[in-house]
Amino acid sequence: MSDAAETDRTPVEDADLCIVGAGPAGGIVAHRLAATGARVVVLEAGPRFDGDRRDQLDRHVRPGLGDPWEMGGPRDEFTSSGGSFYPLNASRVKGVGGSTLHWQGMVMRLHERDFELASRHGVGVDWPISYDDLKPHYAAAERELGVAGAVDNPYAPPRDEPYPLPAFPPSHSDSIFAEACERLGIDMHSVPNARNSEPYDGRSSCVGYGTCKPVCPSGAKYTAESHVEKAESAGAHVIDHARVRRLEHDESGERVVAARYTTPDGETHRQEADQFVLACGGVENVRLLLLSASAAYPDGLANSSGVVGRYFMDHLFAGMGGRLDRPTRQNHVGFNTSETHQFYDDTDPVNGLKLEFLNYAGPSPVVDALHADTWGDELRTQLADAYGTHIAMGALVEQLPREDNYVTLDSETTDDLGDPVPEVHWAVDDETKAALTRANEIQASVLDELGVDIDWTVGPENTGPAFHHMGTTRMGDDPDSSVVDAECRTHDLQNLWIAGSSVFPTGGAMNPTLTIAALSVRIAESLQQRIE
Amino acid sequence: MRLTRRDALTVLAGLGIGGGGAVAVDRFDPPTAERQPTGVGDDGDFSTDVLPTMVAAAAVVYPSEATGVSEFVETYVLGRTTEEDRTEAMRAAVTELDSVARDWYDVPFSDLSTEERDSLLRELGVDTADPVPDGTISERIRFHVVNELLYAFYASPTGGRLVGIENPIGHPGGVESYQRETMETPATEEGREDE
Ligand SMILES: Cc1cc2nc3c(=O)[nH]c(=O)nc-3n(C[C@H](O)[C@H](O)[C@H](O)COP(=O)(O)OP(=O)(O)OC[C@H]3O[C@@H](n4cnc5c(N)ncnc54)[C@H](O)[C@@H]3O)c2cc1C
Ligand code: SF4
Repeated sequence: MSDAAETDRTPVEDADLCIVGAGPAGGIVAHRLAATGARVVVLEAGPRFDGDRRDQLDRHVRPGLGDPWEMGGPRDEFTSSGGSFYPLNASRVKGVGGSTLHWQGMVMRLHERDFELASRHGVGVDWPISYDDLKPHYAAAERELGVAGAVDNPYAPPRDEPYPLPAFPPSHSDSIFAEACERLGIDMHSVPNARNSEPYDGRSSCVGYGTCKPVCPSGAKYTAESHVEKAESAGAHVIDHARVRRLEHDESGERVVAARYTTPDGETHRQEADQFVLACGGVENVRLLLLSASAAYPDGLANSSGVVGRYFMDHLFAGMGGRLDRPTRQNHVGFNTSETHQFYDDTDPVNGLKLEFLNYAGPSPVVDALHADTWGDELRTQLADAYGTHIAMGALVEQLPREDNYVTLDSETTDDLGDPVPEVHWAVDDETKAALTRANEIQASVLDELGVDIDWTVGPENTGPAFHHMGTTRMGDDPDSSVVDAECRTHDLQNLWIAGSSVFPTGGAMNPTLTIAALSVRIAESLQQRIE
Repeated sequence: MRLTRRDALTVLAGLGIGGGGAVAVDRFDPPTAERQPTGVGDDGDFSTDVLPTMVAAAAVVYPSEATGVSEFVETYVLGRTTEEDRTEAMRAAVTELDSVARDWYDVPFSDLSTEERDSLLRELGVDTADPVPDGTISERIRFHVVNELLYAFYASPTGGRLVGIENPIGHPGGVESYQRETMETPATEEGREDE
């Protein structure tokens, strides 16, 4: 890790662009703009996790060593309220690369209906842009992330080109599922993965460590570190351990003039720039805007609409699994190779749903061994009995935007710098629960058809979030009901842009990061026209 | 089932440490078979005290059909000593385990019978202790002795195979095994004929 104390973390002079946050949302903008010759500075709250990934691999596999990405200290305090607990620090990483350091790396495009839910189905809101508007940016995003995929999904939205990398072949357990799905008329297809099936962009191809989430020791899994590195090679300045605590605006309240950040030596600095991009993830974007309240913006910066923080959404997980009477070959790799979007556009319930065929069902012997309370022959027998025949399906289910799910500041609790911590007020509503039940029904039909002895279910009563923070600075044409416009620029301040899934008006049931990347490509294009 | 030096090097290479024979991985320094572990080279105690105790503990925590345990454990433990703090903590835990054996039985841990070693570890509560690198004596023995040894064994393809998986988590065993219907046997595995 970078030496926190000795690095020069003073502001950069004459910056054209200041980006707050070095995850994929900020990293892609940083690289694109630095490549055009703009003077770019990126302020990142967390460290650089330099060097190899031995420490993270160790922490992941060996119990007793703590979080691989060091989340959860006083810096990361939060409050969870509302009906459902939100485990915020399990759902994000602070560091160069952001949460992609930990992520799984499934990357799919939203469907066309996701942009038009209100007009098509009378629920949620429409995006101010359509799938067609975003289509070229999706293609660019797939090249940016190095997506391995196949054009074999009959339910996917239209595309004009193949994926940059060939898909990973189906697993043996996919072939087991295929028998049942064929009988049931369910179409399986490949999963687009931000993971090298061949060497790409200077990174190795996948070598099968099986630890993708939370760490890929080979570098085959995309992390935003690669964009940050490329941005730096193109001249961008990236300052780690720089916690931005306030954004300051000019007298007119029309432009942001500086980002105030604190470094590990306790110093506070002001980074000035012509343009600012907020890319801190869907929770910290809100926190920073609310912390930056001023006389002109008493309810928080860029919050004339009053909706900053409102409409927090995540995807919910549904799953089911059990054992078969034959080997299922799980936990060789840490990613999935087949899924189905067949039920995604169904309207009863209207919430989108995506089904996954897991390659990591049941225990991993090495992980179990390290937690066991015996050893020797007894352990060997236990492990051999426990491993080998598990099989399972997962699903992600859409949660529609609701005003009463929100992120705000908890003024009673402060972090180690004395700033109020984020409060996630969130619950799983009945419509989402109905969609989880539907996902469970389909899962049960497939597993029954296979003759699986089902021994676990995650459904409406015990579901959890998929760690996708969406909706809190929603995009829209109307400044009274949205925070950013169709270009992702705030309605209130002409040089403040927001990158990331907080701008999603609705979230579909697809993992969000390809859409985040596509929007960042689009933001970079808009910024390029302004910074010349 | 026979464990080899090569099995230990494979696990170490998965951890990005020394060793040949495994897949070269971009993020890690390129493996070189000659790279000397640091922190133990000039200290004879490590080989004479730590290694015999670790090998003796392995005889308890490994399944009885494992052979070649000494060479495997010695190679792995020496390879693991590239991190000085970790090496020192392991040495301390091993020394304490040995002192307990001397207190209770008047002999070094490695001179006890396998049954005695097993019961000593269980009486210390190491079987049910949480692995904590700087915890109580039982927690540290669990972390630095038992779990270190179990990791080496079950993250190796040879140990994994014994319980049904030739490409365990932590081992960069490629992207073919997940597609196969059955476990590959060592005889057909590429590169194993050089043993
Ligand atoms: C376990 C897990 C699995 C996931 N799997 C998938 C998946 O398979 N597919 C998918 O599409 N998505 C997945 N995600 C989600 C994905 O990681 C996020 O969508 C993505 O990383 C968001 O990008 P971002 O740049 O907006 O935010 P982040 O990646 O979270 O980056 C934000 C950065 O901003 C920094 N920051 C925050 N506040 C400040 C501040 N005040 N000052 C300076 N810097 C600040 C943070 O330190 C962080 O580095 C997963 C997430 C997790 C946790
Ligand atoms: S299986 Fe996952 S962790 Fe292993 S090399 Fe492939 S992408 Fe990386």
